[in-house]
Amino acid sequence: MTVTEERPTVGFGSTLRKEDVRFVRGKGTYVDDVNLPGMLHGAMLRSPFAHARIVSIDTSAAEAHPGVKAVITGETLAGLNLAWMPTLSYDTQAVLATDKVRFQGQEVAFVIAEDHYSARDALELIEVEYEELPVVVDAKKALDADAPVIRDDKEEQSNNHIYDWEAGDKAATDEVFSSADVVVAEDILYPRTHPAPLETCGAVADMDKVTGKLTVWTTTQAPHAHRTVYALVAGLPEHKIRIISPDIGGGFGGKVGIYPGYVLAIVGSIVAGKPVKWVEDRSEHLMSTAFARDYHMRGEIAATRDGKILGLRVNTLADHGAFHSTAQPTKFPAGFFHVFTGSYDLQAAHCKVTAVYTNKAPGGVAYACSFRITEAVYLVERMVELLARELDMDPAELRMKNLLRPEQFPYTTPTGWEYDSGDYQKTLTKAMEMAGYQQLRAEQADRLRRREQGENVPLMGIGVSFFTEAVGAGPRKHMDILGLGMADGAELRVHPTGKAVLRISVQTQGQGHETTFAQIVGNELGLPTEDIEVVHGDTDQTPFGLGTYGSRSTPVSGAATAVVARKVRERARIVAAAMLEVSTDDLEWQENRWQVRGDPEKAKTIQEIALAAHSSLELPEGIEGHLDATTVYNPPNLTYPFGAYICVVDVDPDTGQVHLRRFIAVDDCGVRINPMIVEGQIHGGLADGVGMALMQVMAFDADGNHMGANFMDYLLPTAKECPSWELGETVTPSPHHPIGAKGVGESATVGSPAAIVNAVMDALKPYGVRHADMPLSPAAVWSAIQGRPLRTDLAIT
Amino acid sequence: MQITVTVNGTAYTEEVEPRLLLVHFLRQTLGLTGTHWGCDTSNCGTCVVWFDGKPVKSCTMLAAMADGHEIRTVEGLERDGALDPVQQGFMECHGLQCGFCTPGMMMTARSLLDTNPDPSDDEIREAISGQLCRCTGYENIVRAVRWAAEHPAQEEVTT
Ligand code: FES
Ligand code: FES
Repeated sequence: MTVTEERPTVGFGSTLRKEDVRFVRGKGTYVDDVNLPGMLHGAMLRSPFAHARIVSIDTSAAEAHPGVKAVITGETLAGLNLAWMPTLSYDTQAVLATDKVRFQGQEVAFVIAEDHYSARDALELIEVEYEELPVVVDAKKALDADAPVIRDDKEEQSNNHIYDWEAGDKAATDEVFSSADVVVAEDILYPRTHPAPLETCGAVADMDKVTGKLTVWTTTQAPHAHRTVYALVAGLPEHKIRIISPDIGGGFGGKVGIYPGYVLAIVGSIVAGKPVKWVEDRSEHLMSTAFARDYHMRGEIAATRDGKILGLRVNTLADHGAFHSTAQPTKFPAGFFHVFTGSYDLQAAHCKVTAVYTNKAPGGVAYACSFRITEAVYLVERMVELLARELDMDPAELRMKNLLRPEQFPYTTPTGWEYDSGDYQKTLTKAMEMAGYQQLRAEQADRLRRREQGENVPLMGIGVSFFTEAVGAGPRKHMDILGLGMADGAELRVHPTGKAVLRISVQTQGQGHETTFAQIVGNELGLPTEDIEVVHGDTDQTPFGLGTYGSRSTPVSGAATAVVARKVRERARIVAAAMLEVSTDDLEWQENRWQVRGDPEKAKTIQEIALAAHSSLELPEGIEGHLDATTVYNPPNLTYPFGAYICVVDVDPDTGQVHLRRFIAVDDCGVRINPMIVEGQIHGGLADGVGMALMQVMAFDADGNHMGANFMDYLLPTAKECPSWELGETVTPSPHHPIGAKGVGESATVGSPAAIVNAVMDALKPYGVRHADMPLSPAAVWSAIQGRPLRTDLAIT
Repeated sequence: MQITVTVNGTAYTEEVEPRLLLVHFLRQTLGLTGTHWGCDTSNCGTCVVWFDGKPVKSCTMLAAMADGHEIRTVEGLERDGALDPVQQGFMECHGLQCGFCTPGMMMTARSLLDTNPDPSDDEIREAISGQLCRCTGYENIVRAVRWAAEHPAQEEVTT
């Protein structure tokens, strides 16, 4: 697979990215690059304790610092009724702590100073007296009778329970399990991790006292949602708020929510009467912004002796941290976790999720996929692997036997999802061919023989995973966030000379929207990609929509773009008919032109039509002229990309070191608009999988101290840990998406961890190891071999 | 204190605090925001610039240490208005997504090619192993550097 393939100038294909022209010259504009005249700098004081009562805060010394303009505490905010803000899950979160701190790193005070260094100096001068309280670190103990109540700010809250949520048919599932030949169960942890984009979060807020207009440059994947929430929280009129999301240095879900720092930059600007910049440092980012996962799952799978999967059951304890602030559609507090039946044809399934508060940072949605599909896929793919082990069947063969068949689509799962299209066997077959699956198994057998003969060769493991993603949220009648329906707008203008401007609601964080969305327009209208400007990330310039996460840009906004371009094309048809003096029915869209049927000599391009549409050409009654159009796209269903991944590892049993030798990924994301960009998205997701499976974890000690608050302790994969990815594709278009595309941003992050863990467990089979939790660090692997699997999320000895 | 630093060929004399980090000097004092900052612990490498021709992490040096020395940043990669092959390679091979790690990666890549004009994939991976990219999975960064190795600029002089 090569990236330097054909580069069309119009429409789909591996066109080079328009945005790169500025990035390779160092001319991107990220939030921290925004500098305004008279701008002040904010810095945050954070709690050193995971759970403590605030006895007093003395800011006098800080205020006396010559560079300091103001110090804001929870008390200041309480006076403005802003000490607490609503979360996207109908809970509340402290902007600055007033009563207690509830996790290490929680926001306690905000200093505004003339420069960044003075602001940080002043933090040292704030005296806070804390009275330490017992902490809840282990989610499994959060509901114990003697557990301290973390959210005693909420009158109705007498324990740490947030919600119980169920999906599927419990009775039918129990029935299937009671009569099954084989039942396999396992406790599986998807530990707390963090997306850690290379750019941390920040904001520059500028309240213009004269006009009353608030402009906020901020690291957000969802600028319109931020604008509406600020309007609701702060009571500011929404038309006087402008959110600008400039270039974003990676998001991965971590930049969906609203963080106290953003609110404080705004409050700071109002208080100080000057623009205020706040950019957090790396430790602050890792300690306080949205984590991901932290799902403690008890999975069970039922099957016949000959390997027909019958049912799945899972009980999950979800650690949400101190505030319930996931960004899930209102109806689905555990996101789309109930898609956990994966890619298989089975009779019944049931899942239950219990969410609890702990003394850790809030979040729980971030990190591709935002909607808990990563957890669901990991669970089912580990359970299928364990079943294969139990049945002594080849795991690829077991999957092949149970995958949904093409004729079953559209397929309704036992938990109510309607998968749009798929040809799963084809994709898995392709991956197995690319991997040379049978040869790999032969090599593995040979390794074992050599080891038995006393040769010191590493263990070899082969891991398979098959995933189905559910992306493009979503149909308004089922999905809203905080009451805002998940439909997105698009506006398209075609100027007289045939150059176009597309305005979209979603916000790139590196996905290349400026290129791919121009390609979608060009594909519909026959315009060169370079003639189409894509405007995004500025609420004053773009139509409303919920932003980019959950791989929703192409499925929702990409669809909106195709639809709005088709509207323009239909308007152009009327103008072309007037130009050619024929009826619109006599025209057909051929080779990027409106052409008189059967007469290629008589045709008009969009450029010609655009000029005429702005001219004095007489148009039929009721047609105003121009070609511009707007639309709102309400997706009829989600789209369901899928893929088959195979991973090959070598494991040194003496050290527990895992060497990732090969990774084969065959993705089917429907029609590919820009294959080069699609492959880039997959590469990035695969590296994420390496991180999660082998390296990344946010563990806590008994006092609630965060053990992964910097890049020395929170290990991310470098070029050395990543193999050269081997990619393949199949294309099964989505039947309901205007261009058949399905979205791909998160697929590889969803599908890859299971393949890696399955490979390591496969390697450890001779030691009788069935399961060990991620990340499979050398210590975790070694301990598993010794028969003492680690609890990777707790640094408690 | 007063320092004079030559950045991308221009000498700048500025009054700075002794504790000012080089990365902040470049970004805030000189307004050269192409050099980024991404961590507190010298791990991410998004701040990499050249110090007397060698790549360094500019978050790990004081501006004062650059007094009398030469710094080159991403803004100084272009030569006479033409993109460096490394910049072209990153565009050709989709070696960047969000672009945040890119300036640091390119500075390291240029330095690698200056000393080793035909590096293997392993040598490229080794060279950038002190830097993080969260978007690309590194594959296309490696390809971009290879592309640059295969397309040296016409009049390029190795230093
Ligand atoms: S900013 Fe991370 S290494 Fe310099
Ligand atoms: S391109 Fe985003 S961090 Fe490398």
